[in-house]
Amino acid sequence: MKHTNSQADRQIADGKHHPLEPYLRMDRIPHIWCSTCGLGTCLNSFLTAVRNSAIPRENIAVVSGIGCTGRTAGYVNLDSFHTTHGRAIPFATGLKLANPELTVVVISGDGDLVAIGGNHFIHAARRNMDINIICVNNFNYAMTGGQFGPTTPETARTTTAPYGSFEHPFNLPFLADSCGATYVARWTALHVRHLTASIGEALERRGFSFIEVISPCPTVYARRNRLGTGLDLLQFYHDNSVIKNGIDTRECDIRFQEQLIIGKFVDEEKTTFHDTMTGYLKDAVGEKYVPYVGPMEMPGNGD
Amino acid sequence: MILAKTGNEAMAYAMKQINPDVVAAYPITPSTEIVQIFSNYVHDGLVDTEFVAVESEHSAMAACIGSAASGCRTMTATASQGLALMHEMLFIAGGLRLPIVVPIASRSLSSPLNIHADHSDSLASRDSGWMQFFCETVEEGYDSLIMAVKMAEKCSLPAIVSIDGFILSHCMERIEALDEQKVRDWLGPYKPNWNLLDLDRPILVGPATLQDYYYEFKRSQIEGMRTALPKVQEVMADFEKTFGRGYGVLEEYRCEDAEAVALLMGSASGDMRQAVDRLREQGGKVGMVKLRVFRPLPHELLRKTLTRFKTVAVLDRADSVNSFVGPLYNEVAASLYGAENQPELLSYVFGLGGKEFSPDDAARILEGALAGRKDETVTYVGVR
Ligand SMILES: Cc1ncc(C[n+]2csc(CCOP(=O)(O)OP(=O)(O)O)c2C)c(N)n1
Ligand code: SF4
Ligand SMILES: [Mg+2]
Repeated sequence: MKHTNSQADRQIADGKHHPLEPYLRMDRIPHIWCSTCGLGTCLNSFLTAVRNSAIPRENIAVVSGIGCTGRTAGYVNLDSFHTTHGRAIPFATGLKLANPELTVVVISGDGDLVAIGGNHFIHAARRNMDINIICVNNFNYAMTGGQFGPTTPETARTTTAPYGSFEHPFNLPFLADSCGATYVARWTALHVRHLTASIGEALERRGFSFIEVISPCPTVYARRNRLGTGLDLLQFYHDNSVIKNGIDTRECDIRFQEQLIIGKFVDEEKTTFHDTMTGYLKDAVGEKYVPYVGPMEMPGNGD
Repeated sequence: MILAKTGNEAMAYAMKQINPDVVAAYPITPSTEIVQIFSNYVHDGLVDTEFVAVESEHSAMAACIGSAASGCRTMTATASQGLALMHEMLFIAGGLRLPIVVPIASRSLSSPLNIHADHSDSLASRDSGWMQFFCETVEEGYDSLIMAVKMAEKCSLPAIVSIDGFILSHCMERIEALDEQKVRDWLGPYKPNWNLLDLDRPILVGPATLQDYYYEFKRSQIEGMRTALPKVQEVMADFEKTFGRGYGVLEEYRCEDAEAVALLMGSASGDMRQAVDRLREQGGKVGMVKLRVFRPLPHELLRKTLTRFKTVAVLDRADSVNSFVGPLYNEVAASLYGAENQPELLSYVFGLGGKEFSPDDAARILEGALAGRKDETVTYVGVR
């Protein structure tokens, strides 16, 4: 369904509608997310960044894996793809290769992106695929009921670690950075303005960008650990987050309910997969080389 | 001891009593709770198991294979996409003849995404060399899982025990739990024929066999499954002798003088039982044959049993996408081919993605079978 801006403005003006309605698939609302979950905020930030961006909406595609976060793809009124658990990045890679003009955004959970999908994550970063990753880190596999995973802080309780997790978690910004990501940031669901601005930046730039969003999961993670509601966790983020832009990502470890280092850590230029590939083929194939420009016929290209 | 347990709780409880050496798992709906509850047994010191929460099902089965190859009693649990992601590893476990045992809460496969019951996950793994058991009730799931360990070790074959997702995995039923020590004694310690950690007899697992030996390895694997049935039956008989609960490879329900019967697997057998009772009250000569063991498939027994009837409606909770009829039907038809007194076979597909299947639906199938009616090659029950 296409919305014009005036339609959107009218809807907003009557006070009965959410300002981002034109960007939501309203037939899929109400969403499944629990009250005070951080996922609504993340979606809101993303869609606000999309609205503020100069990129035409039809050029933005959203890819999600499976999980509570994975449901995002179903709610955005953009081209979107709800894939299988762990495979959002390879789906996004294919999408980007097939249509290099697209701005491709992967929005998925910590488990999806760095447990079952971890292999794809490191390789897309290594290649500098021109895709944007928004990873909602709620420190557990929320959708399946709160088991511990690769981001669960040591000592945090989960349904599979009733007396506290003892595995060492990933430091995601460091992981992304060391694999070659050219943009790395971490925010919380409280830092909506920073997060929105950061997503906006990532959308505009080329290369593999990674934004981690620390987000409350009141229903499973917080309840097990007696951390209160989403609101209590926002208060915790407020009291314990320190913005340290440009800090060495090695220093961003997360410990259970301790200080959270957030900010924009990496922002650098590097040739993307597409550029290196075309450059290489141009050299190797010589004059015969015809660079791929995109799908032969895009729907809507006819008029 | 009489307990109220959901299918998942009962499977976890069976795992506690089995007390495997190693469990490696990754969560997935609707089987997550099996391992989740089990992990709590681990943390409470109620089992001696080493438990690792790996990063995917592919890794889970790979870790299980490593553990089983070193001679340990090894288990995991999964469903649907998880079993599909294990697919490559299932063939490795099958080919290496490692007796890994896996309860699954059967669920449909994507795409489209669905979390509810059907048998497409396990039936898609049909050719991987795993034994497959299907259960009607929670207690049957519990008993089957315990028996499967002994069967798997006796036959050197891995085994899947299926309870239907949500219908059994999440529904609470009454079970008579067995005495834990008795279960452990009955199973005894696992004595592998060979293992990686036997320093006196070093072995190599998984070497390349090309045109020289591959075929022979496969042939002997096939023989292993082909000859497993009597061993499976022995374990069932032994279980009955020890614990007083008897199971057959297939179960007949009110089939004595039946003209038309329904053949099916899994929880829908409960609906079919009710439908049989209802039709019997009205004088209909109908019955049910419940198949519990899909691999090793009891060809002879199927042939002997089914040729007694005029019509057999075969119900499939999965589809082979234009293999002409449902997957179970194919197997049954092949078993009956060339037999004297072949019954008329009717193919029904039902309940995909958890689509409601009621005793009314079951009764309509039986009525159709009595009438010998066959409108279409396959009838898709309840599809809109
Ligand atoms: C192959 C496969 N394995 C397991 C699952 C079950 N599963 C669905 S979501 C999920 C974890 C989700 O965790 P995360 O990615 O952190 O997202 P969250 O729900 O926390 O937002 C799992 C294990 C699945 N769908 N597919
Ligand atoms: S389970 Fe947790 S992450 Fe999922 S919607 Fe509820 S609060 Fe959010
Ligand atoms: Mg998560």
